[in-house]
Amino acid sequence: MSDEDEIILKDLNDADLVDQMKDDLYDGLADEVFEGVEILLERGWDANLVLSDALVEGMRIVGVDFRDGILFVPEVLQCAGAMKKGMGLLRPILAQSSTKSSTGKFVIGTVKGDIHDIGKNLVGMMLEGAGFEVIDLGINNPVENYLEAIDKHRPNVLGMSALLTTTMPYMGVVIEELDKRGILKELPVMVGGAPLNQEFADAINATSYGRDAAMSAELAKTLVGKNM
Amino acid sequence: MAQHLLAEQNVMSNKRRQRRCLVVACGALAKEIVALRSQLALARSGSVSGPGALGSGEEVMTLQCLPAGFHNTPGKIAPAVEEILRDCAHEFDSVFVAYGECGTGGALDDVLKRYGASRMTGAHCYEFYAGGDLYEQIIEEQIGSFFLTDYLVKNFDRLIITGLGLDRFPHLRDDYFGNYTQLVYLSQTKDAALLQKAFGAADRLGLELRHIHVGYGGLASELEAVTKAVAKAAPGKIAPSPQSIEQLHVRG
Ligand code: B12
Repeated sequence: MSDEDEIILKDLNDADLVDQMKDDLYDGLADEVFEGVEILLERGWDANLVLSDALVEGMRIVGVDFRDGILFVPEVLQCAGAMKKGMGLLRPILAQSSTKSSTGKFVIGTVKGDIHDIGKNLVGMMLEGAGFEVIDLGINNPVENYLEAIDKHRPNVLGMSALLTTTMPYMGVVIEELDKRGILKELPVMVGGAPLNQEFADAINATSYGRDAAMSAELAKTLVGKNM
Repeated sequence: MAQHLLAEQNVMSNKRRQRRCLVVACGALAKEIVALRSQLALARSGSVSGPGALGSGEEVMTLQCLPAGFHNTPGKIAPAVEEILRDCAHEFDSVFVAYGECGTGGALDDVLKRYGASRMTGAHCYEFYAGGDLYEQIIEEQIGSFFLTDYLVKNFDRLIITGLGLDRFPHLRDDYFGNYTQLVYLSQTKDAALLQKAFGAADRLGLELRHIHVGYGGLASELEAVTKAVAKAAPGKIAPSPQSIEQLHVRG
């Protein structure tokens, strides 16, 4: 895309504009993505549709190429920055919109001892794109933080992230505590992070394992019965 | 044979009869292991030269390193280690892998189990250099600690700045390091120039520098244990025979 600078977004028809926005998101061009969102809204597009067709779909492609080793962490962060900028414009509209359909509440946080948060933030963004109300507990969360948030927000799903071999087992500690308190039977728990796999998720009794952000959002929708 | 190996091929082919122990290591530990190997060899021979001296120690310990860049793509570690073990583990009496768990999600341990090899105790090099207790203590005191070793200080620009894309996207610094409060330099050697460089690195990341001289920590003691064990054992007793490796590999 060497002639990228010459493309006037306003001159594109809707379909071409959405395609161009996905390309711009892939290239991490935050200003261009923001402008695309503005144009679609001016043309009367529903904010939900802008989110799903341009931003979420764009980020899904980014996720696939990250998984396949075509994109790396810095590029993904650039893309996430572009999506964030576009979402900044959509969020207030979605919050007011009568068509706003909340998929459910999702509490997410990185576990105690771990302060990696890039993956968790991406998952949060894709969940928001899928219509979830996301309550982000940030990093280094002891079991008490999860319990408090469950009590306060009554989420439909709980998500935990861990990137270190030393912190992964703590997810099991949280799940055990939820089980002891009888919360686990009603609250599905999703876990994720690069060193995890399905086997580990099964071993700690998690409801499901999310390999990447797009898949996690789809799984979460299934868990709350909104993916039929 | 894997092309990316920084292999000591000459040692492998010329000194077939003496070589005993294969150490497969992360490139970030290469210099340190070579230093430790000669220290161990000198200690064993009791003199620098003369009959019975083990010279640089290469006769006892053959070192093969994998790219340090695998740090950022830990999924590549286990298959690359396996490739080396498949090619040459059978030529040695014992195999030691100088990696921690390193975020391989159990894949490295699965490979080691198949080849009867062992690895460094601990999750990663910061933990085995500092020792588990000190590492825990630093993290307890300040969770926002980011660690550097001699190797990482020397290669800070390549592995941290370029590796994380901060040369291309300097504004991502806070996405990466926004949760961090201090840079902990766990030094292996006492080198004023490196310490100065570490201060520069801390400055670049916007973090306070804390310097703790830890030396080689667990790397020294574990390598020593491995060389001692190999010296005691009769040849061919430790590693599986080539045939059994081949069979295990096919099954795996
Ligand atoms: C970027 C990175 C960092 C950044 C973190 C920045 C940040 N704000 O998070 C920096 C450079 C600061 C860093 C620091 C450290 N890191 Co680091 N880091 C990485 C690296 C290279 C990539 C992780 C990442 O962000 N990936 C990108 C995201 C998008 O992927 P992801 O996290 O896997 O998330 C996806 C999925 O897993 C899933 N997912 C994630 N969370 C969740 C949650 C839910 C609920 C669901 C459903 C899904 C899900 O969806 C996500 C999106 O697709 C990994 C190696 C690797 N490739 O995994 C090492 C790695 C995890 N780090 C490691 C280490 C050792 C450290 C340090 C100790 C190093 C040091 N020198 O001090 C410190 C931590 C110190 C501390 N106090 O804890 C080791 C861990 C080794 C081990 N045995 O566990 C690794 C494996 C590197 C290595 N081989 O040495 N790190």
